[in-house]
Amino acid sequence: MKRKIPLGICLIMGIMMIIQFFIPHPVSLGFASTIYKWVIVLMAFALVLAIGNLIRHHTLKIRKRKEDWPYSIVTLFGMTAMAVIGLIWGVDPDSLYQRIFLNILAPLGGTMFALLAYYMASAAYRAFRARSLEATLLLISAFIVMIGFMPFGQYVHTRFPAFAEWVMQVPNMASQRGILLGVAFGSIATALKIILGIERSWLGGKE
Amino acid sequence: MTFLLIFLSFLPPTDVIARDKPNDAGSTISLSWNLSADDALIDGYVIMKREASDQAGEYSKIGSTIRGVMAFEDENAQDGIPYEYVVAVIKNGELFESAPSEPTVSSPQVFHTGRTNVLIAIAVFTLMLAYFVAKARSGKGLFIRKIAGLAAVEEAVGRATEMGKPILYVPGLGDIDWTATIASMNILGEVAKKIALYDTALIVPNRWSVTYTVSKEVVKEAFISEGRPEKFKEDYVRYLTEAQFGFAAAINGIIMREKPATNFFVGRFWAESLIMAETGSQAGSFQIAGTDSVLQLPFFVTACDYTLMGEELYAASAYLSREPLLLGSLKAQDYGKLIVLLMLIFLTAFSFLNINLLGILRVQ
Repeated sequence: MKRKIPLGICLIMGIMMIIQFFIPHPVSLGFASTIYKWVIVLMAFALVLAIGNLIRHHTLKIRKRKEDWPYSIVTLFGMTAMAVIGLIWGVDPDSLYQRIFLNILAPLGGTMFALLAYYMASAAYRAFRARSLEATLLLISAFIVMIGFMPFGQYVHTRFPAFAEWVMQVPNMASQRGILLGVAFGSIATALKIILGIERSWLGGKE
Repeated sequence: MTFLLIFLSFLPPTDVIARDKPNDAGSTISLSWNLSADDALIDGYVIMKREASDQAGEYSKIGSTIRGVMAFEDENAQDGIPYEYVVAVIKNGELFESAPSEPTVSSPQVFHTGRTNVLIAIAVFTLMLAYFVAKARSGKGLFIRKIAGLAAVEEAVGRATEMGKPILYVPGLGDIDWTATIASMNILGEVAKKIALYDTALIVPNRWSVTYTVSKEVVKEAFISEGRPEKFKEDYVRYLTEAQFGFAAAINGIIMREKPATNFFVGRFWAESLIMAETGSQAGSFQIAGTDSVLQLPFFVTACDYTLMGEELYAASAYLSREPLLLGSLKAQDYGKLIVLLMLIFLTAFSFLNINLLGILRVQ
């Protein structure tokens, strides 16, 4: 019963949402809108559980003095402070909450994103070592594209930029579309398998 | 010139046609007309309507367009009431009206004809799925090629057990409505079963509250199904943050502090993929990645030991569980791809003959 009920709900709701996609009638749109509202309510419940997990994890970490435990204090303080500030003074564009978000959290996120350049450099160094046929092909195509997309490329040969563009638009695009085709079918198959109850890994497998 | 224009009248647009907008929820009437012969000289068009039953009533303005435009949509029609429309040329505030359109009624539709091709495709695919699942159920063996990344899962779990270090499983940064996240949950279930048998520690960090609750249930169910519910720890599955790069920073912190022996990055990823995978690589972790995000695949291929590319991600659950029913569904996927490839070849061949049939693939 513990598995039959979720499987039943999944089957009914899955089929109803597929049918809804083909019916533009207001009744159908109203149904979809109601379901999306339910999803928001479910998300709110899930958020309570998730925050509970976050608090429990970091409280335990502080109590047991695990490695880097002071960061857990920062995490708990940050979460509590933002919640209190948001609840008391609101989240309007000029509020303290937004100022903290824009002046502390956004730059921190930007800093992490900026680090990507360094990670790319170290990953590229490893990828471009021509140790196999595939790695050599990768190196050659990367060299063509990089040179072709730089102003320097046209001094190598006037048609070099066009060749680099061809590498991007033809072989690269063809392989991307091949992968996307597989992804589309995999995606549909996964959805159908779950709706029809064939895939039950999310419930711990077969009964 | 301006002086002359003031005394001239301007030709209104012709053939004003009003139609109920197809495949909608009602309340919308689409209008089209032929441009005024004086289109280049005018300021624009004004669209007006009145109820067809009220022949004595005046037309009221419902919208306007710039010159050169030949269509408009009245999104405020009341279903079941016939309306007449006129389109007037406007020049220096003066209107020159067209003949009225035929009375038109808006109504909602019960089937979206623009999605018939999708319906047919889903029906065909579902039939194929049912056929191959039935075939698998009858006990006929189905061949599935070796997927290196999935064959390495056992080795990955064993390595962590031998080293006495945890396994990190990142189920992507997509919420539960991403199919890649759902596929990741299926793989997590299979991986967690092996972890339950090997008695290895597991860390499953989550970006979204719903994926947190789902992954927690998946891991718990996996431990129960292997008969080791007591081995499951609440702390295995964690919620981190919704912030994309905050999440990446937290993963990097986990990798550097807890030094997992094996990292799984399976699901939907964006720009943070390399930040996490490269950190894992530098920390010496054995890494298996899987994503349907074409743009992130090169990063994972570079930084990870094995990468599940695109559809391999969706095949993983079947591959790991070896359940005949799931293996059967893979065959349906393969034949589905074959049909689409044949269609593309035929449609391309037709386009060389100047016969354009690509419209049959268009979805509204």
